[in-house]
Amino acid sequence: MKNWLILGATSAIAEEVMRLWAGRGYKLFLVARNQDKMDMIKADLSVRGASQVETYILDANETTKHVSLLEEADKRLGHIDGVFIAHGTLPDQKACEKSYDVAYQEIHTNALSVISLLTEVANRFEARGHGDIAVISSVAGDRGRQSNYVYGAAKALLSSFLQGLRNRLVKSNVHVLTIKPGFVDTPMTAEFDKGALWASTEQVAQGIVSAVDKQRNEVYLPGFWWAIMFIIKHVPEFIFKKLSM
Amino acid sequence: MTKQYVSWGRYPYKQQKGFDFSWRNQELPENTNFLPQGNARSYGDSCMNQGGVVVSSRKLNRFIHYDQKLGLIRCEAGVTLSQILELVEPHGWFLHVTPGTKFVTVGGALANDVHGKNHHVAGTFGCYVTQFEIMRSDGSRMLCSPSENADYFSATIGGLGLTGFVVWVELTLKKVENSAVNVENIKYNSLSEFFTLSEDSEEDYEYTVAWVDCLAKGEQAGRGHFSRANHAKNQVKPSRPKMTLSVPIDPPLSLINSLTLKAFNSLYYNRQREERAYSTVHYDPFFYPLDGIKNWNRVYGPKGFLQFQCVVSPENSEAAIREILERISAANRGSFLAVLKVFGDVPSPGLLSFPRPGATLALDFPYQGNKTLELLDQLDDVVCQANGAIYPAKDAHMSGSHFKQYYPKIEEFKQFIDPAITSSFWTRVMEEK
Repeated sequence: MKNWLILGATSAIAEEVMRLWAGRGYKLFLVARNQDKMDMIKADLSVRGASQVETYILDANETTKHVSLLEEADKRLGHIDGVFIAHGTLPDQKACEKSYDVAYQEIHTNALSVISLLTEVANRFEARGHGDIAVISSVAGDRGRQSNYVYGAAKALLSSFLQGLRNRLVKSNVHVLTIKPGFVDTPMTAEFDKGALWASTEQVAQGIVSAVDKQRNEVYLPGFWWAIMFIIKHVPEFIFKKLSM
Repeated sequence: MTKQYVSWGRYPYKQQKGFDFSWRNQELPENTNFLPQGNARSYGDSCMNQGGVVVSSRKLNRFIHYDQKLGLIRCEAGVTLSQILELVEPHGWFLHVTPGTKFVTVGGALANDVHGKNHHVAGTFGCYVTQFEIMRSDGSRMLCSPSENADYFSATIGGLGLTGFVVWVELTLKKVENSAVNVENIKYNSLSEFFTLSEDSEEDYEYTVAWVDCLAKGEQAGRGHFSRANHAKNQVKPSRPKMTLSVPIDPPLSLINSLTLKAFNSLYYNRQREERAYSTVHYDPFFYPLDGIKNWNRVYGPKGFLQFQCVVSPENSEAAIREILERISAANRGSFLAVLKVFGDVPSPGLLSFPRPGATLALDFPYQGNKTLELLDQLDDVVCQANGAIYPAKDAHMSGSHFKQYYPKIEEFKQFIDPAITSSFWTRVMEEK
């Protein structure tokens, strides 16, 4: 039996992951901005076998409320074994180029809010001597590209932060998983034409659950993205800078 | 993006825009005509909306309530029968009615009032729907049940999605002892033998269906394998076969042609040496043999294929089925999978429901241009003369005038159609004289 705290609980990937956990009878503490959506998900997860489902309204950007969130989750579930962070936005790159405020906000949502929460979580798990931290980063963080480098920069910040955190917490028996999905068919990407590289949320969710089970450190989902990013990372910069990616 | 909204037969290949309806409380698209769509497992054009929008329920797939004691489940329209079975079967529940694939959504099963191998005793899917909610294009929502908005209830069941977007559905489940079915497979030699077997099996067997070798001619026309089955009562636990096969790519042309058809039909007919064979199997291969091959529709190549399913009235069943088989054989077309079954007389609840008493035959043909369409015209004529009907969920070709004859309640049905909803199928059969 495991108790998970989930941020971005109404996101399509998080919902699929929670369905798989619900089937195992886990206790789930959902955090998102929209109560109606959380209520619909709560009913579904209960039918699928979750032994307890709690909901909590919070905008993850409100970092001053992170401590009270963790206290509330501990109170309602007894304790937390794992934290799964799935919230995020896909910024409008052009808008970010015009305005630092927009860029800052996107970096705050996609990286700084996560770092705020994980700072608290890490200290608690470290003191307790166990815990799982699973965070959705992105392949976009592996190399900056003109089409979405603000998002990429936020995810790169996140990925590096998680690397360091893993290195620090390994001796405390706390496991940190960095998840790097490629293109996933979710509402966040509704505007894109979907080709062969696109994966379904179900596929990605299964990959996440299995990576948590196997205590993997970093996963590309689906796995073939590792090869794609290996090539992209190794294109020399003098060539890369001329590509339109 | 449009590719995933194309129907299972991939003929006719229509272009439409997708709109995901993912939350029960969301709004429908405005200022456009649209068609609700589930998993797009209908074969022809009844799940498509050329040049318009399809409102997809693929992501509207949450359970709402499950009464494990009573066997009652309420879920969003995009939940598939497969997802329901995964959840309820371990608790000893099953679907009262299931079609030959479990990858259809409950919304789609409702809109086509689907049937299964137990039609002769159980009737259609709609018989077990207790209530559902539809959303109309004006934003209003309507709860429909046999006692509330009963007129919309019977118009929406089998209503091809035209009466409104189905948001959620509630249905009753059926008690089973375990996941196994006891199957008896009988090799038979002629069409009249099929009808005798069918009649003899009606009372003692819940599930009956036959596969027909549609290349057999003369005396042997209609020969095939008759399978009859019941849910197992004994404590057996057959293992579930893993889904391993898949058609991963589109072959450049149809792999189904007169050569492969001949070989397949003959091999398949002779696969069983004995006249009778008994087995106890997991429900998956029995109910959903084709679900074991992912994307099997790709074997027909880029041009796609057409399904044809008709029912012919009990009085002239044998003669009409014989004539259909003869026409196919004469045209040298043949079908990879020909399925024959006798429907029972349980009334279908929908105004436009397809199932009615008589024999039903389902076939599929690779699309080979006019030759295929001409054969379908001939078959359509036979069905019409035999006082039968063709199934819209599997159709891409029947004539509009025949459609109106097959479904006498069309005029009554029309008043329930949502003004913003239309489909390629509906436009076709209504325009055509």
